[in-house]
Amino acid sequence: MKRMKLVMVGNGMAGVRTLEELLKLTPDLYDITVFGAEPYANYNRILLSPVLAGEQTIKDIMLNDVDWYEQNGIKLHLNKKITRIDRNNRTVHAEDGTSAAYDRLILATGSNPFILPVPGNDLDGVISFRDIHDVDAMIDASAKHKHAVVIGGGLLGLEAANGLKLRGMDVTVVHLPEYLMERQLDPIGSQMLQKNLEEKGLKFLMGKQTEQLIGKEGRVAAVRFKDGSEAPADLVVMAVGIRPNTTLAESAGIHCNRGIVVNDTMQTYDPRIYAIGECVSHRGTAYGLVAPLFEMAKVCANHLAEYGIGRYTGSVTSTKLKVTGIELFSAGDYMGGEGTEDLLLSDPKGGLYKKLVLKDNKLVGAVLYGESEDGAWYFKLMREGTDVSALRNRLLFGETNLGDSGHGGQNRAAAMKDADQVCDCNGVCKGDIVKAIVTKGLFTLDDVKSHTKAAASCGSCTGLVEQILSHTLGGEYSAPEAKPMCKCTDYTHDQVRAAIREQKLTSIPDVMTKLEWKRPDGCPSCRPALNYYLISSWPKEARDDYQSRYINERAHANIQKDGSYSVVPRLWGGSVSVDQLRAIADAAEKFKVPEMKITGGQRIDLFGVKKEELPAVWGFLADRGLVSGHAYGKALRTVKTCVGSEWCRFGVQDSTQMGIDLEEMTWGSWTPHKFKMAVSGCPRNCAEATIKDFGVVAIDSGWELHVGGNGGVKVRATDLLCRVTTREEVLEYAGAFMQIYREEARYLERTAPWVERVGLAYIKSRMLDDAEGRKAAYQRFLESQDIYKFDPWAERAKGVDQHEFTPLKVVAG
Amino acid sequence: MTAVAEKAMQTDWIEVGTVSDIPKDGARVVKTPLGDIAVFRNLQDEVFALRDQCPHKGGPLSQGIIYGKTVACPLHNWNIALDTGMAVAPDEGCAASFPVRVDGGKVFLSLTPSEGCPNT
Repeated sequence: MKRMKLVMVGNGMAGVRTLEELLKLTPDLYDITVFGAEPYANYNRILLSPVLAGEQTIKDIMLNDVDWYEQNGIKLHLNKKITRIDRNNRTVHAEDGTSAAYDRLILATGSNPFILPVPGNDLDGVISFRDIHDVDAMIDASAKHKHAVVIGGGLLGLEAANGLKLRGMDVTVVHLPEYLMERQLDPIGSQMLQKNLEEKGLKFLMGKQTEQLIGKEGRVAAVRFKDGSEAPADLVVMAVGIRPNTTLAESAGIHCNRGIVVNDTMQTYDPRIYAIGECVSHRGTAYGLVAPLFEMAKVCANHLAEYGIGRYTGSVTSTKLKVTGIELFSAGDYMGGEGTEDLLLSDPKGGLYKKLVLKDNKLVGAVLYGESEDGAWYFKLMREGTDVSALRNRLLFGETNLGDSGHGGQNRAAAMKDADQVCDCNGVCKGDIVKAIVTKGLFTLDDVKSHTKAAASCGSCTGLVEQILSHTLGGEYSAPEAKPMCKCTDYTHDQVRAAIREQKLTSIPDVMTKLEWKRPDGCPSCRPALNYYLISSWPKEARDDYQSRYINERAHANIQKDGSYSVVPRLWGGSVSVDQLRAIADAAEKFKVPEMKITGGQRIDLFGVKKEELPAVWGFLADRGLVSGHAYGKALRTVKTCVGSEWCRFGVQDSTQMGIDLEEMTWGSWTPHKFKMAVSGCPRNCAEATIKDFGVVAIDSGWELHVGGNGGVKVRATDLLCRVTTREEVLEYAGAFMQIYREEARYLERTAPWVERVGLAYIKSRMLDDAEGRKAAYQRFLESQDIYKFDPWAERAKGVDQHEFTPLKVVAG
Repeated sequence: MTAVAEKAMQTDWIEVGTVSDIPKDGARVVKTPLGDIAVFRNLQDEVFALRDQCPHKGGPLSQGIIYGKTVACPLHNWNIALDTGMAVAPDEGCAASFPVRVDGGKVFLSLTPSEGCPNT
């Protein structure tokens, strides 16, 4: 097949990201030609500020060098500015006469800095802050001259001022409005920022309007204001905003309105011509931050690859000032308006200011000054639309104050030293991560995970890694709005599950065909998730695909580092009989089990069993009345109990029997992640029920029910759900809660993050306000238990799945 | 042909079972005096054999999840290419790969590893 011709005008981050995404999807569909007006290949424009500040070099911030284009068969024209698009003949023409024909054209012309229309704006020493050329000019000026004036006290202007100050210049920032960064900050935050920057040695002239730039021998010498005053200036940096660069598009008759107007698939009014990046106006908004541009790139590539399933629907953005030593973060609708309310924490002397804007019990905007480490968390709450009404009295104090005493990622990423360890599982230090982000040009959490292994194991440092990303890249990093399930699809977990339910899909091949999976048998990340969604949505109809389960669930035992397995029989409610103890002891002796341990869940673990021996061990235990403890599964694990009123002088209810009843009802059930319960016999709570997924605490008048606790990497105390009186109610609420969790939480999401994501108010609305719904959920739970309540060990001891446990062949020596 | 050479020719390919003995997207182990060898079958019914030892921490690759021409190690999720034994970038390392041949549904395995991997 003859390849189509794809031409791209503009060689910046958004455009090149589009090509990268496209090549990933379909490397052979197009012959690609790129025209860049700058003499450089693709570099990371976000990091120009650190280059100016002397913290990084140009080499550090290159994203794709010339070799990259060559390796991918892309014809690259540098230093060539396209001046004309001939839409009739589908050709573009450059200034120097070079031309190229296209079948599809991408306009990625970016934006131009706005230059004030004042006399003297063409003098030497008057520049903008936009590209490598400007940075070179500033560095050069700082070596030869003394006085710099930056016009514009926005994000870019302050970063430029800071950089010039660090390079030894005397810097004055001129700003027309009364407050700095008035687009990102409210007045109080802005005054705090100004004070901080003044302490760093910057000078400010507020409310001043520039009238003229005064020259001396062709070079700028001073800035004169409307009020007649003057400021000396050997260098003037204009940072008063950017304008989408639409000149080329307009000259070709393509509809523009403060940007090239595009639809949700990034097409202009000429459907052969796409536009992307800062030059674009999408639903009336032009974006200047990298995260939305990358989201556009993904959609554009998807459409060019003829997949046609992605749509760009706009972005919520956040910004962060990249001035070392100043913590400033803002996101969303931080000014507020009709129907919004503000939560404020203001400590001007201590240098701390936080403002959160709520609307309909949801977070819609945030300004953080002094401490911005909770920015990522607030941004997540905004993106996911979490109902925060249950958190609102603690919301301002950050994620660490939600009863989390673990290292939930809220350490100060900025204050960490390079040698400080971030990922304790894989031994990755902050310096390793920063280096990988900078030298390999990483932008997303997934990139960092695969290159450094940080946050790739238990995930407890994910928040911290995100902070390091955001700190290294500046505020321009933000997680994508809704993450696709994995690289095999563009659909999210929730979309895939909805499709399974609505279209009644009952097997993995069905799902993959219907939803156009990109790889015929997926990957180790999506297959276990799909299998779970299938069996939890259609317990009776779906086929449980063992090859898509992790080894522990396939082998019904826990794999150990040497490849042997451990065996944990179920001890109902943690109570144990003489016969059971004897059976376990006999098994250990007969099968020469090298080590035994009492688990945290009140059971006994037999270590070092060879896989081939598992069925025999299980058969031995089954003959003596013991069944699988599912200690290996994303499933109901244990119900831990204290002894309760049968023996304890404080006990008010029979907690042991309640634990046994709960375990008998729920064992064998598969859940999105492991699920643990506990029952305490009195409020002293010896069974530690308040760090379990579902915790029951006996009180004199009945039982208290708690949900969403966790005692693992990230400790979270449960939320109190309600109080009930009878045993039947405890069972009903436990079953209903498990069922709603099974049906709605994402695969590998424990109840703690799930409850935080959807909000306790939501859980209460389902569990308490809607009694019919609760009873129906309980009923669905019991129905699926008809199928899943059986002992997988006994079956396998009798020969089921024998291939799993026997070698294909033994070759004699 | 000498008797010794003839014997070598015969013993080099060992019949280890049938393709259908191995589940699709699954693996079985062949135990040999030189250690375990994992024999994989993917969705397209291609058969591969690797030393049952991940180059990372020695995890048994036969217990991993198989997709395309790749297996993900069950211990720490390294991805190993089934046809070459090489770890998928950015990880580095390899598990020795062994020649396999399928003939009339039967799987034949050679115990002499393919060249190119120090981790035999």
